[in-house]
Amino acid sequence: MSYLQSVPPHDLAAHLADHDGKSVLRFITCGSVDDGKSTLIGRLLVDAKLVFEDQLTNLGRVGSSGAVNGGEIDLALLLDGLEAEREQGITIDVAYRYFATSKRKFIVADTPGHEEYTRNMVTGASTADLAVILIDSRQGILQQTRRHSYIASLLGIRHVVLAVNKIDLVEFRQSVFDEIARDYKAFAKKLGFASIQPIPIAARFGDNVISASPNTPWYKGPALLEYLETVQLDPPATERPFRFPVQLVMRPNANFRGYAGQIASGSVSVGDPVVIAKSGQRSSVKAIVTFDGNLTTAAEGEAVTLVLADEVDASRGNMLVAPAARPFVADQFQAHVIWFDANPMLPGRSYILRTETDSVSATVTALKHQVNINSFAREAAKSLQMNEVGVCNISTQAPIVFDAYKESRATGNFVFVDRVTNATVGAGMIDFPLRRADNVHWQATDVNKGARSAMKSQRPAVLWFTGLSGSGKSTIANALDRLLHARGKHTYMLDGDNVRHGLNRDLGFTEADRVENIRRVAEVAKLMADAGLIVLVSFISPFRGERRMARELMEEGEFIEIFVDTPLEECARRDPKGLYEKALAGKIANFTGVSSPYEAPESPELHLKTVEEDPVALALKIEAFLDRHREEK
Amino acid sequence: MSLANLRRLEAEAIHVLREVVATFSNPVVLYSIGKDSSVLLHLAMKAFFPAKPPFPFLHVDTTWKFREMIAFRDRMARELGFNLLVHTNQDGVDQGIGPFTHGSNLHTHVMKTMALRQALETYGFDAALAGARRDEEKSRAKERMFSIRNAQHGWDPKRQRPEMWKTYNTRVGAGETMRVFPLSNWTEFDIWQYILQENIPIVPLYFAARRPVVRRDGMLIMVDDERMPIEPGEEVMDRMVRFRTLGCYPLTGAIDSEAATVPDILREMLTVRTSERLSRLIDTDEAGAMEKKKREGYF
Repeated sequence: MSYLQSVPPHDLAAHLADHDGKSVLRFITCGSVDDGKSTLIGRLLVDAKLVFEDQLTNLGRVGSSGAVNGGEIDLALLLDGLEAEREQGITIDVAYRYFATSKRKFIVADTPGHEEYTRNMVTGASTADLAVILIDSRQGILQQTRRHSYIASLLGIRHVVLAVNKIDLVEFRQSVFDEIARDYKAFAKKLGFASIQPIPIAARFGDNVISASPNTPWYKGPALLEYLETVQLDPPATERPFRFPVQLVMRPNANFRGYAGQIASGSVSVGDPVVIAKSGQRSSVKAIVTFDGNLTTAAEGEAVTLVLADEVDASRGNMLVAPAARPFVADQFQAHVIWFDANPMLPGRSYILRTETDSVSATVTALKHQVNINSFAREAAKSLQMNEVGVCNISTQAPIVFDAYKESRATGNFVFVDRVTNATVGAGMIDFPLRRADNVHWQATDVNKGARSAMKSQRPAVLWFTGLSGSGKSTIANALDRLLHARGKHTYMLDGDNVRHGLNRDLGFTEADRVENIRRVAEVAKLMADAGLIVLVSFISPFRGERRMARELMEEGEFIEIFVDTPLEECARRDPKGLYEKALAGKIANFTGVSSPYEAPESPELHLKTVEEDPVALALKIEAFLDRHREEK
Repeated sequence: MSLANLRRLEAEAIHVLREVVATFSNPVVLYSIGKDSSVLLHLAMKAFFPAKPPFPFLHVDTTWKFREMIAFRDRMARELGFNLLVHTNQDGVDQGIGPFTHGSNLHTHVMKTMALRQALETYGFDAALAGARRDEEKSRAKERMFSIRNAQHGWDPKRQRPEMWKTYNTRVGAGETMRVFPLSNWTEFDIWQYILQENIPIVPLYFAARRPVVRRDGMLIMVDDERMPIEPGEEVMDRMVRFRTLGCYPLTGAIDSEAATVPDILREMLTVRTSERLSRLIDTDEAGAMEKKKREGYF
């Protein structure tokens, strides 16, 4: 809501123009649990008369669980909009509030303090200019203070208000305030904030929230609202280079082809030369089209449609950029990653990497180190757990266009999406491209896959046998291999145990190693298919994500997933290698089906039940499938 | 360089609208005929220019909307030439469900929430755009721009996806759908200022006029048709009133007002001390009412 006027302004148009032109400050409140984040925002809104009357009276009716603080209203309830939040008296998810004073407009994101909900704090921080970091005067700097300060700086927040709250509970003592401010500044030195403003506050009673408090005569600085109204944000940098991520290609008819998007940085005018980032093709801007008429120039933040002078190839995910200052185009880069998911981030596992408009398969090729939130020390790690931050080398299946995050938030960020659950599992801030990507190019060969498979009179295929240990994968694959060989087909069988004797001898059976095991085998199978072979891969391959990764590596229709379905009890009964006996006795860690999960295929090309038919009959079934499959293509 | 407020909000909403079209195969706009829907419609006309919006507009008709709303809806569809779909829960009609006979809660559940779920499933929409704003209500203040719904259309506030920058995760699994709110960051004041700036047509009920109303449970309810029972002791008054929000007429309170133009409304808003949702009975029929309805699939 807007600030209230006692008398409606006579000149409405002038008032509206003034209101529309006010600068906007986006800020978050963060800090540890119970430091009073929601209460502070509630107090700010109430004292500045920015809350509707019915919303205030509503607080009374909601309060079944501790809504009232000894007769006064619990201001946090203005913000904690979820039932679970009110029940538990905590903030779970970020709440956005909008308000304006005579000087500025504000968008505040009230973010949760619990470590468990770090992802929601990151959500609020990603678009903020300033962070109000709360500290309980009695507690001083806590781990969450450090975590949130680090994340704020990582996400590009440059300005901090250190709200030293509950100062009333330490008798408004200056010494407490000074000590906390000194500690914080010493700690935050490494974080590179442009400004840190400490303010002693009692959010519950309003001391130094909207006006100077008589209880802290020793404090000569601004009250919180005054500071927020006047803090100088970074002055607009010298013109930033033009970046226009292509969101949508508009082709309403044969005569019109426009690129729709929102200008991420810089500006563009009709006649300006532009480059299509991924191809390096050049063109120039012929028209800037909007519903309200064509423009001659458009600037950062505007959503427009650009028409180019030439026919070029630019689709969603590409970027139109200034020829003189180009972004990076690479498929390998280093980034800081914050992990959100309960399943840890594993190097080698394939994720979907999403930038503002692009989406590609990506794997973390190396987790260089994890960052210790308390000391900022770099620590070795094999995986990233939930709420951890790491520095990673990332490899994408196709090149993406980006800038360094510290140069440009809009074009330097990405998120990781889980391939199976579609959950947003991580956030990334790109540091720089890796040189390797520039220097290693795919070598095109004259004798190609088509020529090689034609000589063998066969269509290459990757037959991927998945199932529990002892389910009969290798037995069936072996039978099929003999059938195909007898028919003059060129085949090769990759067996899990055999590959672990050589190529993958350095890998164990942890989740991370299993992911890498499958990645390598999938890459080898791809090379063999490229050589024109029919490849039989017999691996437990317990995770859906990796099997999907393998499928996507191959050409359309080339990957045939065969689920060798044998109940666990039956596998344990057969126990050809005596492994189940050991596993059930607890002598083998991470044994699939016993102490490590097996994710059954949801829609395999073939589903074989081994308790009903013998291996040769099943191999014949696959052969028949292959013949049919061939005819269809 | 920063854009003026409305320009910035407009660009943000257009970006979201385009994102939906770029990443979903069968999106729809939930068109409720109110001021926010009118702004959303206007933004959709802008976002895809020179093309028309490449998705239909769905109105879930509870059969209890103000008559002027329905007339306005049909006129807009005719004039702007957008693809209007209207869906009513026929089961509810057959059972005679209505707010006077069954109460606001059941009526809203059957004729709005269930009807919406039916429509989404009938047409197989994978994304539904709506004009809800975070400043309307405090559980809405917690919503994402892109908000995932499970196969039962339920909202799980504890499992919302993190949403950083403008990098939206638009992927949904089998049976899941997305609700998308391009106006999330707009306030009620922004909406009115934009309506003024862009000269956007809105239902005349937003403007003050003499209308027949009855005082009931502290609210001024308009007698929009003969289905409204007048209780003993109630008196139909002819009052100068207008509406701040529009829904089913028996559940929507009018306010005393002289504001007959958009500038008048803006002047009135500068002095108003209550929120717009106060005039919506369904928000206050129980504590946490909005969150509960959203969990059930209300948008």
